[in-house]
Amino acid sequence: MDLDFSVIPANSELLWEGIKMTFLLTGLAIVGGIILGTILALLRIAKVPVLAQVAAAYVNFFRSLPLILVIFWLYFLVPLIMGQPVDAFTSVLVAFILFEAAYYSEIIRAGINSVSTGQLAAARAIGMTYPQAMRYVVLPQAFRAMTPILLTQAIILFQDTSLVYVVGLRDFLVSAEIVANRDQRLVEMFLFAAVVYFVICFTASLGVKQLQRRFAK
Amino acid sequence: MIEMNAVNKWYGKNFQVLKDCSLKVAKGEVIVVCGPSGSGKSTLIKTVNGLEPINSGDITVDGVSITAKKTNLDKMRSSIGMVFQNFELFPHMNVTDNIKIGQLKVLGRSDEAASEKAAELLERVDLTEHAQKYPSQLSGGQQQRVAIARGLAMEPKAMLFDEPTSALDPEMINEVLDVMVSLAGEGMTMMVVTHEMGFARKVADRVVFMDFGEIVEDAKSDDFFGSPRSARAQEFLSKILNH
Repeated sequence: MDLDFSVIPANSELLWEGIKMTFLLTGLAIVGGIILGTILALLRIAKVPVLAQVAAAYVNFFRSLPLILVIFWLYFLVPLIMGQPVDAFTSVLVAFILFEAAYYSEIIRAGINSVSTGQLAAARAIGMTYPQAMRYVVLPQAFRAMTPILLTQAIILFQDTSLVYVVGLRDFLVSAEIVANRDQRLVEMFLFAAVVYFVICFTASLGVKQLQRRFAK
Repeated sequence: MIEMNAVNKWYGKNFQVLKDCSLKVAKGEVIVVCGPSGSGKSTLIKTVNGLEPINSGDITVDGVSITAKKTNLDKMRSSIGMVFQNFELFPHMNVTDNIKIGQLKVLGRSDEAASEKAAELLERVDLTEHAQKYPSQLSGGQQQRVAIARGLAMEPKAMLFDEPTSALDPEMINEVLDVMVSLAGEGMTMMVVTHEMGFARKVADRVVFMDFGEIVEDAKSDDFFGSPRSARAQEFLSKILNH
């Protein structure tokens, strides 16, 4: 078999656009997922009547669905319900945020519970309100404790963004596939794609391990 | 200053941690609360600033009832300092920020005023050179002195101490007690849960002895150590003063 990797530099622009899309989606989904996940976790922990149950139901609902179904659902059904088309990027981003938030909220809830109750008591004792105590005392410690797990989840999300091919969004994998089919270089392009995903994810997970070691001290 | 009237508290339905506790602490008075472990003394002190809710009875601090619905509990807590057994300094902030955070976020002081106050209090507890360190870099005794400074930064009307020296190595107990003795000397109203009977003898105006959630004895400290009336207090004292 003769392999010709020159196809990669020849299409570097297209591939670069793809990888930017992958990172953009991952980044926005992480930020949105953590914000929504924090809200869900706080509702459950503060035991806000009704809202706590709604939050718990939300988490269980999304954790019971395959991600690809959520992507489909938002892309095909939401426009039907709203009566107007939604662009692929927005619909996929919302799907990721809604889905990831369910997982993040469980991580964040565990993180908050790992902070000793004495910390909350001490914050309340100097006169902080519950939201202040959460914001200045409990959450900063919780996020520090759960940073490694949040990052691990982010790596999984990075891989999962490749599912956007189902709605025709051009992320890195789709770009690689376009080149592969057009130039008939399937082996080269899918090898290249695998190497890129592996290098990024493996490096990131090494970073997480480093971080864990530093926090463990 | 602090007045408790027939305070009752249950954990669940069957376990009563506080039984009809009534107590008065006058302005400038130092009260030591002692008793065997599990007697409810820590719970009692935590009800004073509402950290532990009560089921019946009433508690007022400086004339304000903590059980009344219209009372702003957060505001009230900011005027009562509290020191915990395990220090509970905020580990993600340095010593100065630990003392500043309440001033900034609760009292709304300027950064400059809060820093000045923190520096003044650190000097007072003799920790000026540790101002930029994190709690984990300090010894237990040093951490507890920072915790006292954090409470004092709010310029409280009264200070509550929940076993402030129980988690300390023996050689560090005195540095904390010294700060407390000097506070008492300045006329701070204090309620102290402790087993340090030397401290009680030296600075307490009254000693309250608790057992099984009840206030068994509430006596002037000389009387308490001289001739405790209740058998349970006599037994407790003989156990801890033996050595």
